[in-house]
Amino acid sequence: MTGSIHSFESFGTVDGPGIRFVVFLQGCPLRCKYCHNPDTWLAGGKEYSAEEVAERAVKYRSYFGDKGGVTVSGGEPLLQIDFVTELFTILKKRGVNTCVDTSGFTFNEADEENVRRHKKLLEVADLFLLDIKHIDDAAHRDLTGQSNAHTLAFAKFLSDNGKKIWIRHVLVPGYTDDDGALKRLSAFISTLKTVEKVEVLPYHTMGEVKYGKLGYQYPLAGVQPPEKERVENAKRILCEGMGHE
Amino acid sequence: MIQFKGWEGFIPGKWCNDEIDVRDFIQRNYTPYEGDSKFLAPATEATKKLWQIVCDLSKKEREAGGVLDADTKIVSTLTSHGAGYLDKDLEKIVGVQTDAPFKRSLQPFGGIRMSEGALEMYGYKIDPQVKEIFTKYRKTHNEGVFDAYTPEMRAARSAHILTGLPDAYGRGRIIGDYRRVALYGVDYLIKKKEEDKLAINGDMTPDKVRNREEIADQIKALKALKEMAVIYGCDISKPAETAQQAIQALYFGYLAAVKDQNGAAMSIGRNTTFLDIYIERDLQKGLITEEEAQEFIDHFIMKLRIVKFMRTKEYNELFSGDPTWVTESIGGMGVDGRSLVTKTAFRVLHTLDNLGPAPEPNLTVLWSKRLPAEFKKYCAEISIRTSSIQYESDELMRPEMGDDYAIACCVSCMRVGKDMQFFGARANLAKCLLYAINGGKDEIMKDKVTGKPMQVSPEFVPITSNDALDFNEVTAKFDTMMTWLADLYVNTLNLIHYMHDKYSYEALEMALHDTNVRRFFATGIAGLSCAADSLSAIKYAKVYPIRNEDGIVVDFKIEGDFPKYGNNDDRADDMAVWILKTFMKKVKSHYTYRDSVPTTSILTITSNVVYGKKTGNTPDGRRGGTPLAPGANPMHGRDCNGALASLESVAKLPYEYSRDGISNTFSITPGSLGKE
Repeated sequence: MTGSIHSFESFGTVDGPGIRFVVFLQGCPLRCKYCHNPDTWLAGGKEYSAEEVAERAVKYRSYFGDKGGVTVSGGEPLLQIDFVTELFTILKKRGVNTCVDTSGFTFNEADEENVRRHKKLLEVADLFLLDIKHIDDAAHRDLTGQSNAHTLAFAKFLSDNGKKIWIRHVLVPGYTDDDGALKRLSAFISTLKTVEKVEVLPYHTMGEVKYGKLGYQYPLAGVQPPEKERVENAKRILCEGMGHE
Repeated sequence: MIQFKGWEGFIPGKWCNDEIDVRDFIQRNYTPYEGDSKFLAPATEATKKLWQIVCDLSKKEREAGGVLDADTKIVSTLTSHGAGYLDKDLEKIVGVQTDAPFKRSLQPFGGIRMSEGALEMYGYKIDPQVKEIFTKYRKTHNEGVFDAYTPEMRAARSAHILTGLPDAYGRGRIIGDYRRVALYGVDYLIKKKEEDKLAINGDMTPDKVRNREEIADQIKALKALKEMAVIYGCDISKPAETAQQAIQALYFGYLAAVKDQNGAAMSIGRNTTFLDIYIERDLQKGLITEEEAQEFIDHFIMKLRIVKFMRTKEYNELFSGDPTWVTESIGGMGVDGRSLVTKTAFRVLHTLDNLGPAPEPNLTVLWSKRLPAEFKKYCAEISIRTSSIQYESDELMRPEMGDDYAIACCVSCMRVGKDMQFFGARANLAKCLLYAINGGKDEIMKDKVTGKPMQVSPEFVPITSNDALDFNEVTAKFDTMMTWLADLYVNTLNLIHYMHDKYSYEALEMALHDTNVRRFFATGIAGLSCAADSLSAIKYAKVYPIRNEDGIVVDFKIEGDFPKYGNNDDRADDMAVWILKTFMKKVKSHYTYRDSVPTTSILTITSNVVYGKKTGNTPDGRRGGTPLAPGANPMHGRDCNGALASLESVAKLPYEYSRDGISNTFSITPGSLGKE
């Protein structure tokens, strides 16, 4: 089958371990105010078959080393979960490490078919970078336009199925850096059994220019990146959730 | 076996058995160093004071508009000037190009007009008598070349399809084996050259006469080198006995070269492993401390930082600054598997801390995965702090060049003392493609007499249809045009280098080479990625020609998308490979001056901007006058699959077709290399 692809990055070094080939899929159900890839929101992109994408990725195998591999990101890659599963099935056959960068929003534990499809993906995905944008549902709705119930359920689902997780949290001053919320997030993380790492991603303004090009209003105009000290503070609080520094 | 005091304590071998063999000396005597950088010593008070003098002079030079002082009367030779110092009492390594630091020398043998023009630009006037001598009585390289140029060569030159030709300035790129001065002393070198001269006998063909004359010039240069050292109170007739003497002798060799030649690139070779042997010997004997060893190196490097030439502003524009390309090659692996990294490799890199970052000397680490871990770590630290280290792949060069090669300029490798090269600037292949479309008429230049587009090549049949360009037709015409261009280019260079040898021979540098030297004929290519993308556009999109009133195709209308070089897409990358191989095969089919070995380079690091100005709109959509990509880089902004895809495209260019080097300019922020 084919997937709608926004772009490829042959030298991904920030989305999962090692040097990674990153596939950015097109389309996203969330509208995060701080999103730096608003050009991946709407449907569109270019169609590629899973084989074609795998073929492109393995060209860089010699750079992957022991840790690197392929990451699917977006957009929300799991909007095209069957495509991702097919791609990862091919890659696993070829011995490539696989990783998903997701908000978990597509997961619906009430829908048996939905759960079955996510379970199938777990069989071929080595690692999930799970982005928890806010621990409080109301704040999450305000920030992204959607509830966080799916995300939190997916976190538990990954944990229950023994799948490795890196929690990611974008730190936006005034939006996601409140100590109370961070502590509640930390407490939630502590309920998960398979969290390997927590990454605090400081908000940056490099996406702003894309909004202008797309004719969108930039929702965070005037918001500055967090102070170093606030980033350290968030790391400290969230890492407590992992039970270690 | 001859024995000198300077050789005491060294393990003998072929190198001292009536031979000149610096590599053998190094291999038998050097101490590989696997440790870390903790042993390094900070700058001494003397070093700091001297460096402050240099900084003050640099400031004054900038305030004076780029040149602080220039000689207008005394023609630079090895012995033309008295001694010059920063501060005589503090300097451990002495010698500057004229009788004062920052005073630029007068070097008219390449061309008197260049000397005169450069002086005028900075408000100086050449001495009338010097001008008279070099116009009436002494011919220059530049005059010789223009006497012999054909009309076609002149046309290609003024249309800039051949650009940057070394016809008015020194060709440079020749690296004397300056280590020989230290290891053998000048008398020994003279003796060996005299033997070589005696051996050229029999029928006195023009080649033999020239060889005998050149060796005679080399011997004279060596004698002048000794005299030059005496001006500074030093005797370099015998082998150096201490580390300080060795560094000084080696530097005198180099200083003589820059007094003699204002070359486009005056690189210094590969000296750290060699010098380390002397430093180790003195350290073990307790003659010097680490502080003193570092001080010698700091003072040596300081001198290399203040090498200056008198050049025109156009020249500086072409090279984006006033580069001297004092490239020093560091590290690398030996063919026996030992690393050539010594403590002195660390000491030389450490100058970037002791004296602060600087573009010159161009410190170049010959990189191998197998280099000692601590050294690699130290290189990374210094790179992060100073951004002043260049890296090149030792793994790629060693198989062909052995383990005693050095880099001239930025990427051009030669075995030290055994190879030289005839620097050949470059041919603009993006423009060549436009010539293929327009039948050899220039898209910008007009004929001065008729006012019509200038016919540069013979009148080939242009593309006459206004339909979308046909890929097969264009490549066939491009192939033909490259045949013409390669022929003209090689022969232009044959002529230039004949004249350079005749009127501006590098006697001192060549005296520090084996007499039976291997010569490279170093051609170059500009506009590779632009030409490759243009062919890809013609093949995979629809490209319609747009003509001006003279019928010349001056622009293109592109319908549809096409694969672009720089995305690891074979469809476009194969175009670049095809162009390189095709052009190089044509170059190789010609006679090259003095049986030199043809090579090519793809390395226009800065001049791509100037070359782009002289190249009209191209079929890939590039606007006329905008820069071509530097070196083998993809065109700006067209590589959109990340760094590895871009680098993989460049890596497809076959090195065996581009032995003189392939460069790719690449910047990356530390953050994008990962988080930990």
